[in-house]
Amino acid sequence: MTQEDQQTTIIEPLHLLGKVEEFRKKGCRLVQMHCTKVGDTFEINYSFDINYEFSNIRIITDGKTEIPSISGIYWGAFIYENEMHDLFGIRFAGMNIDFSGNLIRTAKKNPFADPSFRGEKPCPDA
Amino acid sequence: MPRRIVVPFGPQHPVLPEPIHLDLVLKDEHVEEALPSIGYIHRGLETLVTKREYPEYVYIAERTCGICSFIHGMTYCQAVEKLVDCTVPERALFLRTIWSEYSRLHSHLLWLGLFADALGFENLFMASWRLRESVLDVLEETTGGRVIQGSCKVGGVRKDISGETLERMRKGLDIIERDAGEIADVFLRDDSIVSRTRGIGVLSREDAYALGAVGPTARASGVGIDLRKTGYAAYDKLSFSPVVETAGDCHARCAVRVKELFTSIDLIRQAIAKIPDGPIEEKPKKNPEGDYFARSEQPRGELVHYVKGDGSRHLVRSRIRTPTLTNLPSLVRMLKGCNLADVPVIVLSIDPCIGCAER
Repeated sequence: MTQEDQQTTIIEPLHLLGKVEEFRKKGCRLVQMHCTKVGDTFEINYSFDINYEFSNIRIITDGKTEIPSISGIYWGAFIYENEMHDLFGIRFAGMNIDFSGNLIRTAKKNPFADPSFRGEKPCPDA
Repeated sequence: MPRRIVVPFGPQHPVLPEPIHLDLVLKDEHVEEALPSIGYIHRGLETLVTKREYPEYVYIAERTCGICSFIHGMTYCQAVEKLVDCTVPERALFLRTIWSEYSRLHSHLLWLGLFADALGFENLFMASWRLRESVLDVLEETTGGRVIQGSCKVGGVRKDISGETLERMRKGLDIIERDAGEIADVFLRDDSIVSRTRGIGVLSREDAYALGAVGPTARASGVGIDLRKTGYAAYDKLSFSPVVETAGDCHARCAVRVKELFTSIDLIRQAIAKIPDGPIEEKPKKNPEGDYFARSEQPRGELVHYVKGDGSRHLVRSRIRTPTLTNLPSLVRMLKGCNLADVPVIVLSIDPCIGCAER
């Protein structure tokens, strides 16, 4: 079995658009974007691929600061940005298609922003 | 003077097995813009990773989708195995490959049946699903489950397949190949199917790549991305070429899936011929720590399972990026400029799996 070597580079949100533009110029495709809540911060990952070479960049944010949208560089990024907005409450500035919180309709607003239960503690929903 | 109106499409529609809603902005009969919205079956499966220990989450990962369930479980296991320093035995890798390809066969046959039904071909629908039954029978016999197999685990697989059964499967592939050849001929050459699908919902090669299309949706537009070429499971021991078409229309997307039936049959034959003897699992040496993106080729395209662990038995995060989610921007582009009457066929042509996309 071949396992991919992967590297994640952490960058400042200020440098995000420039870095993403570099990937586009190299001919990379956008594989995915996603968010992970770690403590009080949010990690946002941007993954790219060219000829099966996988690269990942990461920004770390407090969840309140607006993040520049990359949908002007990768048009299809709107689906991931709207998803992160609806599930984590992350705000993106300049999305090409903004569903205003209506892409994924959930009973609880931003359900992934505050995971209520982990591991051995009792489940509050039970 | 043309009138602009908005027509709601879905969430319930005869061609949609699962709910997705599209707002179609029409100018007379032409679609000017299509805006998708989902959220009807969001289950929050990713957050369950924090409530279950990492070996148990395989069952949840499998239930992300009722069609490509095995590949979801396997890809999650691949991600975790990287974090727990686990070397999966060769035989288990071959078994995973065999079950993955049977999953692809049953998924493509399911889609072909639905596509035939949407075009009004009842007999072709029944022929496709009858053939799918023989594939499901093999999955049931070898794993115990027709739809949810439950045969993959972190470190290997739960069940072995005996030499006798492998031989019977190899012989059965001849019958599947013969029957697939009969229905393939109709899908690829029938005048009615060609006239309903050729030149409809065209996605250019440039758009497919730029919009992040994956799987048959990308390969039908000339983008030859097939993650099996990265050599996960036992694919690095098998030889095949991705099926690529160039027209980018609904017929090309159908043709890719039809031809991939034969690629899968060939891969299973190779795997049966080369499968080594040996153990089928290895115990993990530690709890998962760090993060990793595992990628695989589902029937609908590239699947990504991201996991992040902190050394405990509960993962911090599981992220599942399914092919349908990343094919939605391509669908929006395909629908622009099409006729209202062609919308159902175009939507179906990306093989949307909304259960996967919403998780």
